[in-house]
Amino acid sequence: MSLLPLTFLLPLAGTLILALSRGRLDARACTRVGVTSVGLAVLVSLWVGWRFLAAGGQGLGITLWTWVTVGDFRPTIGLALDGLSLTMVGIITGVGFLIHLFAAWYMQGEAGVRRFYAYMNLFVASMLLLVLGDNLLLLYLGWEGVGLCSYLLIGYYYRTAANGWAAFKAFIVTRLGDVFLAIGLFLLFRELGTLDITEILARAPEVWAEGAWQAQLASLLILGGALGKSAQLPLHTWLADAMAGPTPVSALIHAATMVTAGVYLIARLHGIFELAPAVLTLVGVIGALTLLMAGFAALAQTDIKRVLAYSTMSQIGYMFLALGVGAYQAAIFHLMTHAFFKALLFLSAGAVIVSCHHEQDMRRLGGLWRRLPLAYAGFVIGGAALAALPLVTAGYYSKDEILWEALAAGHGGLMLAGLIGALLTSLYTLRLIIATFHGEMKSDNARHAEPGRGPAHGLPLLVLAVLSTFLGAWIHPPLAGVLPASGGAEVHGVGHGVLASVAALVSLGGLVIAAWLFLWRRRWLAERVAGGWEARLWRFWHQAWGFDIAYDRLFVRPYRGLVRVLRSDFLDRLLLLAGWLSWVLHRGLSGTQTGKLRLYAGTMVAGMTLVLMVLVLRGL
Amino acid sequence: MTLFWLILIPFIGGLLCWQAERFGDLLPRWIALATMLIELAITLGLWFHGDYHLANAGMASDSVRWSMEWRVAWIPRFGIEVHLALDGLSLVLIALTGFLGVLAVLCSWHEIVRRVGFFHLNLLWILGGVVGVFLAIDLFLFFFFWEMMLVPMYFLIALWGHSGSEGRTRIRAATKFFIYTQASGLVMLVSILGLVFAHHANTGEYSFAYATLMQTPLSESTAMWLMLGFFVAFAVKLPVVPVHGWLPDAHAQAPTAGSVDLAGILLKTAAYGMLRFALPLFPEASQAFAPVAMTLGVIGIFYGALLACGQQDIKRLIAYTSIAHMGFVLIGIYAGTPLALQGVVLMMVAHAFSAAGLFILSGQLYERLHTRDMREMGGLWGRLGSLPGFSLCFVAASLGMPGTANFLGEFLILFGSFPVAPWVVVIASVGLVLAAIYSLLLMQRVYFGPPQGEGMLADLDHREYVMLLTLLVLVLLFGLYPQPLLDTTAAAMGEVQRLFGAVPQSTTLLTGMP
Repeated sequence: MSLLPLTFLLPLAGTLILALSRGRLDARACTRVGVTSVGLAVLVSLWVGWRFLAAGGQGLGITLWTWVTVGDFRPTIGLALDGLSLTMVGIITGVGFLIHLFAAWYMQGEAGVRRFYAYMNLFVASMLLLVLGDNLLLLYLGWEGVGLCSYLLIGYYYRTAANGWAAFKAFIVTRLGDVFLAIGLFLLFRELGTLDITEILARAPEVWAEGAWQAQLASLLILGGALGKSAQLPLHTWLADAMAGPTPVSALIHAATMVTAGVYLIARLHGIFELAPAVLTLVGVIGALTLLMAGFAALAQTDIKRVLAYSTMSQIGYMFLALGVGAYQAAIFHLMTHAFFKALLFLSAGAVIVSCHHEQDMRRLGGLWRRLPLAYAGFVIGGAALAALPLVTAGYYSKDEILWEALAAGHGGLMLAGLIGALLTSLYTLRLIIATFHGEMKSDNARHAEPGRGPAHGLPLLVLAVLSTFLGAWIHPPLAGVLPASGGAEVHGVGHGVLASVAALVSLGGLVIAAWLFLWRRRWLAERVAGGWEARLWRFWHQAWGFDIAYDRLFVRPYRGLVRVLRSDFLDRLLLLAGWLSWVLHRGLSGTQTGKLRLYAGTMVAGMTLVLMVLVLRGL
Repeated sequence: MTLFWLILIPFIGGLLCWQAERFGDLLPRWIALATMLIELAITLGLWFHGDYHLANAGMASDSVRWSMEWRVAWIPRFGIEVHLALDGLSLVLIALTGFLGVLAVLCSWHEIVRRVGFFHLNLLWILGGVVGVFLAIDLFLFFFFWEMMLVPMYFLIALWGHSGSEGRTRIRAATKFFIYTQASGLVMLVSILGLVFAHHANTGEYSFAYATLMQTPLSESTAMWLMLGFFVAFAVKLPVVPVHGWLPDAHAQAPTAGSVDLAGILLKTAAYGMLRFALPLFPEASQAFAPVAMTLGVIGIFYGALLACGQQDIKRLIAYTSIAHMGFVLIGIYAGTPLALQGVVLMMVAHAFSAAGLFILSGQLYERLHTRDMREMGGLWGRLGSLPGFSLCFVAASLGMPGTANFLGEFLILFGSFPVAPWVVVIASVGLVLAAIYSLLLMQRVYFGPPQGEGMLADLDHREYVMLLTLLVLVLLFGLYPQPLLDTTAAAMGEVQRLFGAVPQSTTLLTGMP
């Protein structure tokens, strides 16, 4: 019996212990439970991974029990381990543990630590079920579970109503995508008669020809789910607001793991997308559009975490681009490196935010590099990886692979979008670092910054920093055999070298331009964006291309109007008309009961006359 | 005889409670609790010792098979009998009645202080009537119990209810409830008599027996009219939009125990009625009517959800969510595939648990805050101990979070209905988003935002904690391992499906388009 189920059972046990403790555990004990459960899960997944690799990458399946049996409908609570899920498990438990550890520092002194760790552990458990589930219904369980935890953690600081609404928005928007996914499951089950992922992938090419409408529809519906979860156009609007949660939450859920679930889903079901080439191309196009849109939006943000949020969207856009050109392995590779360096960036941002007394507006920070050297180092290393600084960073290797695959697959346009995105990435990354750490300190919060101490603060930053360098790129996910090899891997030409050099130049060029703009020409820039069309453009980007406003007008307000119109339950009132009618009749008739004999006699005579008249007339 | 005792026990217990009132308030409570525990124990005993797989093994005989049966002549001249029978479906619903009965007694422990004995008499008589509905297969007896359970419910709302704002008094709510269900019940009586007379015209003898009447040959239009009579009665009780108007008022004005019973069991009698009578007695007419019924289900999902979003009263909000959830049940029933029908069973049980949980929670909120208006709440998360955590769990169940029984119920219905009516399922799925909206609106308005007051309110005591934890464990248990439940009802639902004559799902599976 493999220890695999323990990976998700341990964090789940953590949640249960915390949830049922009813105040018997103090904050320290809660922290210990929360961190330990994930720490043990790391050990288990190391053991499982080692056994898996030692056995030569032999896939492993464990059925715990059959969830439901009704006729042919027989989904199980069953786990399946292969190279892809092992990679995800490694990221989720490994990065997850570091973030839990960091949270021990970040959350100290906050009220409600018990709640925080209960949610975080539940999140890790759900996410593990998502990637380990051997059938789509169990995957859907994990999928919704992480959504719920995301909701709860975004709204963690519940006393501010805005945080609750941000959480609300995140849940509803992703749920919209989930409905597509759910309908996709209904369709897949009707057409293929199973929800088991292996069987689906085996049966789909037998039942459907390439380009069959069922395959197109199914992959479109699955894509809908992936777009919501991974914050891609047009369902991306929730992610920036999701930054209302504590920063470790943003690092774990909204950067490293949950938002990449869409990438995982498409990679996992690549067999269906292969049968629908048009939809696969759409995946790439959406990725390209999102990475550009989010790149520009990131340029104009003033909140550290919002910059990182848009940057996450943009990087997931790269992953979608990779999926779209059939480079599934490159997408997962970038998913992994992104998890490392984006978690590092978020945790460093968390270090800055706590050190500066919860100040996260870049306009009120600055000059912190001397006071917060560790956070600064984290930002520099993570930023370098994000901007794909050539050769020394993990991000360079993964991004380069994506661009090359796009070119090799003949999608020149997508490759170009990726290059422009790389330029934007360099620009906003350096802007972020310069505004936060250089120049003068722009508020008392920054002037009185207190650097974090202790292993819970330092260790996660250090480990993630190491993983964000080229050392992290040495970890090769064992994906061969799970995901098809893509075209670019076989073509080794001069082209790759040229593209790599161009990409490196773009990245470096972006950094130079950014340094020039934000260091030497800062005053000039500030004057330009103070008024005129530049200001309008800036505001447009700041509002992330106005999607929120448009959606508000198009969907939210009509919905609220509809609710307001219906509130009084007009159908009920309509039926009450019957009651009203009988009441009116009652009033009318009871008015005739006057007690006056004369009136009664008169009415009687009139009535009889009437009846007789009718009889006589009919008789004629 | 056991079956007869199942009905008798609550009635006797009720009388005892009434009389025990003279010895103080505590005795009736304990008697009521003991009564419902005995009821529950007997049902569970039947569950463990009985065999409910009877009709499953290819027994496509024409006669209906029961696990237990008990019959005594009542009015022989008209062929009326006291004829009780038990199969998997009725067993599950009776067990549910027993369990929710225990909860109803427990949750009124501190809430009800006036006329405690008489309150429990009414409470137990409702439950007795409901058990009778679930057991009776003589149509006259069924109608008898169907009407019987209204009267104590009327008193429960009218005497122990809360009066709301805007002229929504408890008397008015009780009257509305009574008139709606009474009027629709009379329509059903007409249908029952019509069916009996049609049978009499054929064979020359009167009979109200289920198995006999099922064989009655009917012309297409007669069957349709008679079926509609049944449908109207059940539609009011389920409730189906547009005849749902009694439900929000009754729920909002009823005491907690009344709401728990209403949402948990009384609504289920309607679904049971459809499954037991409307579909099997008039399969062709029901099949022809199915598109209309499913459309009504979809309308219910949307109408209920939209109205739930607009409510200020927390109990009215939950009441409207019931309407939305029953929309799924209606779709599942008329889809008629084994998967959908089993989903209906699971959904009924799940909704009973989650709605009961939410109503108990709002009762507890009311005891602490003395208001049900959500505008006067807000920011309560940190002030109530473990109550918000439970609310969160039941809200998650109500929005169909996987892992809860509600999710499986909804999804079995949708999976099962998709081959039959893909568009209905696609539109109904949008209801899942609306479910998320109203559920989270409740959380937002009650628990999040700036606190409206200072200081802690009373935490849950042991009675409340155990009640809620039990419900939650059951919701999760049936969400992760519903098989014991589904195995029990498989035969009964297979029977419904066979009589309803829906196309077996497996044949449409690999053929592509419906």
